[in-house]
Amino acid sequence: MRIFDSPNLNFIRWRWHALALSVAIIATGIFTIVSRGGLPYGVDFSGGTVLVLKFQQPTSEEAVRAALPFAGQAVVQTYGVPADNEILVRLPLPSGSDDSAAVDAQATEVETTLRAANIGTFTIESKEVVGPIIGEDLRRKGIWATIASLGGILGYIWFRFRLTFAVGAIVATLHDVLVTLVFLTWFEYDLSLNVVAALLTITGYSVNDTIVVFDRVRENQRSAKREPLEQVVNRSVNQTLSRTIITAGTTFLAVVSLFVFGGDVLEGLAFTLLVGIITGTYSTVFIASAIAIVLSPRPPEAATAARPRRV
Amino acid sequence: MYKNLRWKLLTIAAVAGLAIWSFTPPWTRVKLGLDLKGGVHLVYRVETNDALRIETETASEQFNEVLKTEGIAASAVRVTGLQEFVIEGVPPASEQQFRQLAQTQVGLSFDRDSGDGGAHTFKMKPNIAVQRRAEAVTQAIQTIERRVNELGVSEPVVAPYGTANDQIVVQLPGVSDVNHAKGIIKNTAILEIKLVEAGPSSDEPTLLTSYQGKAPEGMEVVPGVSGTPGDSSRVFYLVKRVAAITGRDLRNAKPTLDEYNTPAVSFTLNNEGATKFARVTGENVGRQLAIILDRTVQSAPVIESRIEREGRITGTFTQQEASDLSLILRSGALPASLTVLEERTVGPTLGAASVRAGITASLVGLALVTLFMLFYYRLAGINAFVSITMNLVILLGFMAYLGAVMTLPGIAGFILTIGMGVDSNVLIFERIREELATKKGAKQAIAAGFDRVFVTIVDTHVASLIAAAFLFQFGTGPIRGFATTLFFGLISNVFTAVFVSRTLFEIILSKRPAGSAQPLSI
Repeated sequence: MRIFDSPNLNFIRWRWHALALSVAIIATGIFTIVSRGGLPYGVDFSGGTVLVLKFQQPTSEEAVRAALPFAGQAVVQTYGVPADNEILVRLPLPSGSDDSAAVDAQATEVETTLRAANIGTFTIESKEVVGPIIGEDLRRKGIWATIASLGGILGYIWFRFRLTFAVGAIVATLHDVLVTLVFLTWFEYDLSLNVVAALLTITGYSVNDTIVVFDRVRENQRSAKREPLEQVVNRSVNQTLSRTIITAGTTFLAVVSLFVFGGDVLEGLAFTLLVGIITGTYSTVFIASAIAIVLSPRPPEAATAARPRRV
Repeated sequence: MYKNLRWKLLTIAAVAGLAIWSFTPPWTRVKLGLDLKGGVHLVYRVETNDALRIETETASEQFNEVLKTEGIAASAVRVTGLQEFVIEGVPPASEQQFRQLAQTQVGLSFDRDSGDGGAHTFKMKPNIAVQRRAEAVTQAIQTIERRVNELGVSEPVVAPYGTANDQIVVQLPGVSDVNHAKGIIKNTAILEIKLVEAGPSSDEPTLLTSYQGKAPEGMEVVPGVSGTPGDSSRVFYLVKRVAAITGRDLRNAKPTLDEYNTPAVSFTLNNEGATKFARVTGENVGRQLAIILDRTVQSAPVIESRIEREGRITGTFTQQEASDLSLILRSGALPASLTVLEERTVGPTLGAASVRAGITASLVGLALVTLFMLFYYRLAGINAFVSITMNLVILLGFMAYLGAVMTLPGIAGFILTIGMGVDSNVLIFERIREELATKKGAKQAIAAGFDRVFVTIVDTHVASLIAAAFLFQFGTGPIRGFATTLFFGLISNVFTAVFVSRTLFEIILSKRPAGSAQPLSI
């Protein structure tokens, strides 16, 4: 069975449209992020408390919210399957306090008040209390890790191929990270440690695809030294298209299984990977190759024949 | 032609066997992280300033005692900062002797700065301060470790954490009463037994009426609990500042019952403590001794006779409280107070549910992927299934052998490894299809496919390995589990996708009659 039997689609022709679409998505996304007051930091990065309470009887969100010792920016919502009777309570950092002790005290206060409020017996399924110091620590580390990862990959591709390809790959990967962040904001997923881990994984995965295409370009160039880069790239993308779509599809299948069956804790991570796989493929086909072409010098016709291409 | 085949098969079987032996049975051999086992992860900051303050106070008090013994009457000894104390009014005649004593008593840790009018300022040396801070953290770790072990937690983790030098991580797997554990860990439990000068009084002014409203030299006012149960009002005692006995002099502490059958804590003293205690009680029969826990007087019994080794702390304890206090006293006092920086708790039911969810997701993922490969690549799909399954088996074997911890994101890494395994297989199969389309025979097509694709596989895997390495650096706990599965999954994938898959193809080829033109099922 074959899906693409010797395809010959003119991807390169559409490269400017593709770039425009990407810019549009990213711009809209940035607008959404700014209008919502910044990236949707989870409690891991912003600090604060998250409690998941498992009630024996079905309990409403309002009952829990009313029983909290203070109003304000507490978020109360049902968690997971309704049959589980689980309620999630999220509290931001206590205002005006830069002190980790205050966060811990606040979390304990909420717990004792809720128990005394008589809205039903519950156990604490999970609890996360992150003080401002740790939150900031993780933020810093997360940003550093992303930059370092991109840098490492840039170096490796430069070493194995050439600088313009490396830049193309990094632009494509950055594009993937940005688009994924935008989708995370649109679908209201919090940036948690798990989600950032998935984002870092996407940088590696997106580059995977790109390397396959570049590898084919390198191979094709060896046998077609006179051909303009545009055509070589287009042919390479077409040749690897079958493989690109199939692998994306099968990895997507595996991650869909994770998204559906993996439980609530992993939902953010699975969603990030799903979006990342799609944009990773899209960026490989349209963005990486386009950037590599745009950045490559256009030698005059005579010189193309004389100078052997560096591989 | 295929005589190597037997060796290749044996190698594969051996590797698989080793891996399976390594992780069987999975419920004992695979280490589970806190998010799968349930338990609590805590990060504390050790308030090392406390330790410095205690060092300065103790140094100044002890030096003052020595001065008195030597007959040098300074007018005041005041602690003016975390690392600084001042001695005023040293008579000029004793100046020489004072300096000598200062050198021998506190000279190792404090620098002396002499001002006018017989006032001397002592500042802690910077390197000593650094040393004391580090010691406080080490001591805190040891104390917490003792307490956690007594709690009966299996495989706890108590270790330094992070880049700041004052953070400690504590992990208690399987703990269900988290608040109880936190209470035991955080309890500073500073025990001091001091001679009572006056009290109890219901408020401070009343207590100090005979002293012109101010605590005299060498004394201090300490609040205490009222003796009657259920009465939460405070009383005040005037006690001698320097303690007769501290927690450091204890050898053991046990819960017990006092004469009214209410829970209490009995303690025994070590040799040095016993000597001190004997002297103090012997010289002060008829006076009261204040038993002070964390700067609150628990009780103030009258000394009836000279006591050498044993004592008892009574108060309004429940049985649990008496038991907890004995545990804490046995483990020693914390050198400084602790602040919670981070806490993550996973209940046991959530942990088990996560394991189930992870296993289901993995199996379904593997099934979906295999079905698709069979559909699209026909019998070669079996090849893919075998190599992907081998990949997972080797991965589990690696993790079990290295004692790497499996976390929930680690299971996600597992599933991603399925994706990457399929990735490599598709790469190879597509290439083989391409080669077959150029009218090559099955054998050449397979050989050409694998040879050409090997370079690409190495390139893509190295890039992902770079990402996984930085992920490991950035991550703590659960994310490290993810990075580890990713990392080893990638490495074992190179083996299975190339070596194992190729061997399987060669087996298929070797089963065909020689010179057969039967098309390859791919």
